Amino acid sequence: MDIALVYLLLIGFGILVYVLLDGFSLGVGILSPLLQNSENKGIAMKSLSHIWDSNQTWLVFGGVVLFVAFPAAYAFVLSNLYLPIILMLVALIFRGVAFEFRFKSDRSRGWWDLSFSLGSIIATFCQGLILGALVGDMSSDKTLADPVDWLTPFSITTGFALVSGYGLLGACWLVRKTEASLQQVAKTLALKLLFLMLTFFAVVSIWMLLEQPTIAERWLVFPDSLVLLPLPLLSIFFAYRLGSLLRNSEEPGLKPLAYAMGLFMTAFGGLVAGVFPYIIPGRLTIWQGIAPDKSVYFTLVGILIFVPVILAYNIYAYRTFSGKTSLKDGY
Amino acid sequence: MMDLFTTLPDTAILSRIQFAFTISYHIIFPTITIGLSLYLAYMEGMWLKTQNLVYLQQVKFWMKPFAITFGMGVVSGVVLSYEFGTNFSKFSEIVGPVLAPLLAYEVLTAFFLEAGFLGIMLFGWNRVSPKMHFAATCTVAIGTVCSSFWILAANSWMHTPAGYEIINGQFQVTSWLEVIFNPSFPYRLVHMLLATAISASLLFAGVNAYYLLKGLHTDFAKVGFSVAMMAILILAPVQILVGDFHGLNVAQHQPVKLAAMEGLWKTEKGAALRLFAIPDQKNETNHFEISIPKMASLLITHDMEGVIPGLDQVEARDRPQVAVVFFAFRIMLALGGLMLLLGITGAVARYKKRLFDFKPLLYLSVSMIPAGVIATLAGWYVVEVGRQPWLVQGLVRTVDVISPLPAEAVAFTLGLFVVVYCSLFFTYLYFMRKLILKGPPSLDEIQAALLNPNMTEGDDLPATLNPAQVDVGYGQELANLLSDKTNKGEK
Repeated sequence: MDIALVYLLLIGFGILVYVLLDGFSLGVGILSPLLQNSENKGIAMKSLSHIWDSNQTWLVFGGVVLFVAFPAAYAFVLSNLYLPIILMLVALIFRGVAFEFRFKSDRSRGWWDLSFSLGSIIATFCQGLILGALVGDMSSDKTLADPVDWLTPFSITTGFALVSGYGLLGACWLVRKTEASLQQVAKTLALKLLFLMLTFFAVVSIWMLLEQPTIAERWLVFPDSLVLLPLPLLSIFFAYRLGSLLRNSEEPGLKPLAYAMGLFMTAFGGLVAGVFPYIIPGRLTIWQGIAPDKSVYFTLVGILIFVPVILAYNIYAYRTFSGKTSLKDGY
Repeated sequence: MMDLFTTLPDTAILSRIQFAFTISYHIIFPTITIGLSLYLAYMEGMWLKTQNLVYLQQVKFWMKPFAITFGMGVVSGVVLSYEFGTNFSKFSEIVGPVLAPLLAYEVLTAFFLEAGFLGIMLFGWNRVSPKMHFAATCTVAIGTVCSSFWILAANSWMHTPAGYEIINGQFQVTSWLEVIFNPSFPYRLVHMLLATAISASLLFAGVNAYYLLKGLHTDFAKVGFSVAMMAILILAPVQILVGDFHGLNVAQHQPVKLAAMEGLWKTEKGAALRLFAIPDQKNETNHFEISIPKMASLLITHDMEGVIPGLDQVEARDRPQVAVVFFAFRIMLALGGLMLLLGITGAVARYKKRLFDFKPLLYLSVSMIPAGVIATLAGWYVVEVGRQPWLVQGLVRTVDVISPLPAEAVAFTLGLFVVVYCSLFFTYLYFMRKLILKGPPSLDEIQAALLNPNMTEGDDLPATLNPAQVDVGYGQELANLLSDKTNKGEK
């Protein structure tokens, strides 16, 4: 199999795992201001204490695999989208330290809640902005270094779309990890965010089809369109199931999170299908950008050995802390 | 505003300052956590072996400073993994095929491992068995060491590149073994790992000495202080020896850096050892020099008449900032000497049975809490500034591989990093101080928590919010274990 394609799949896998896992983790931060009181915020944050670091590591994984396989793309994206990337990293700092300091503070708790939520919101918005800047600019050949090139109506819309989407994932996580009144709050929020996210995702999809001829061609012309048809159908099914679960089920468990993740997967699949075979949309294909064999094969061995192991102990860690969040787990 | 922008330094210097600032900041935290994780593993192992609560008390106390220090390391480290691309895009492009796989292995074998087991180590006390918990603590320690392995391999390669060829301006690997085990790597790895162990020992010794001076938590402090002083006594001389080997390696592979370290402008036969001087880059000379004749040659070539090449071996444009390298090197050496002194004083005090009440030793320990971290930073300044103007020694010039960013963008982010990092550092120190002033949980508290896992110390939320837990883990097993070992634990 073509090594460039293998790496595209690996990076896709890394980004998807990141989006799904850190998505709900960031989402909890996005929703934190809406959780009414300090106790609820504490429980919400505690539900992530043991996993936020693992989840965020997938971001480093995605970045470094891109660096290995497509160094030119790594260099182009990071240097051209300099400000949103640095802002995202600084926001992640605020959010990360909040986990350590909140539970050791007495008077400054409110500030750490703010640091957690603002950090999560800005980091998510920047990620959406970066995505929008890359996809929304496919047909132009100018660089993206100037803020006017990445701060466009389209990229701002994708920023908000991602905030609503991660918010949905976060709400579904809280439905699983909390109970009683907090769980009710999470369900109500999840339902609202589901509609918000669907609206945003629909707007972004239609916008891309109208503005980007290459994406439109793939999505609207037979036979590709027929192959891709299951994706929108699946997302409608997931959205429907999620909505009815949130309305009707007393204790839906992990299912809402699974359906919300399903929604993300179909959207991600649709996006990748739209921009394939580009690693930088419209600029550099995977075959143009692939690194020398000696580097990619050496790393591939490590990825094939370690990623399954990583997944195994991460699952172990999740299982260790399964069930409703306990405020008793401390150190 | 326009005036401000027109007087800005150029992008290259701003990007370099930003990278130096962010990486210096980051390295403070791993320097402490790598060594501290080994201590935690040791103490927890002793606890499992002896069932003496004193050791569990050590683990319970040090886990908190470890957690916040580790957290600071994680958040400041993520920045670095992206900064190669954001500020040194050309570097990423041409050297990526060599360095990126090493970083990928670091993520795969270390970052995930640390992150995955840290959660269990910090929060899993009541959820996994004692053995599993110990395994998690050890795994975190192993992860931190793996991380050092890969990152130092990558860094060392930039000093002593090997196993590569250059094709169309891009570096390509010919042998991974040569890339990883490049000539300066073994020395740098051992030197850095020892530095982290010593830095953690100094923190450990200092905090316990503070308790001993104040008469607080005395029994607790004696255990830690004794172990830490023993560690410093053994590690400080070993570190000086390894540092000497590392220096000889520099003399062989990076003679210009060595000349800067020694403040040697002209090639000399029987070169003097400059104890103090103020290097003058412009006039290529030193002011206020105090030196020991022939000593440098003796130390480096092991011959009093040996020749040491000076900075004049290369053109002025190929020399590093001599003063920075020269002073950083001396700061490191002086602190190393003090560490040796501390270790020996401790040994003498122990021999005289005054380890825990010899005040000068205790004061020295407290004042040397940051010495390990400062010496480590100084060492890195010698190494990194000493390599300039090269990013990859002799092959890639730093100024040639900077991202073509607008200077005002980099000035903005640099300002942002300075403000955010400084305020976070004060916050970090505030919480460290708070944890240290609070002191360890008492043995009674620990025992009570073991017997009844639902009564975790420091708990502040109403019990109604705490759903029934499946207490098949640590608490239960230990409760059984302890029921017949209660007296032993109190000794």
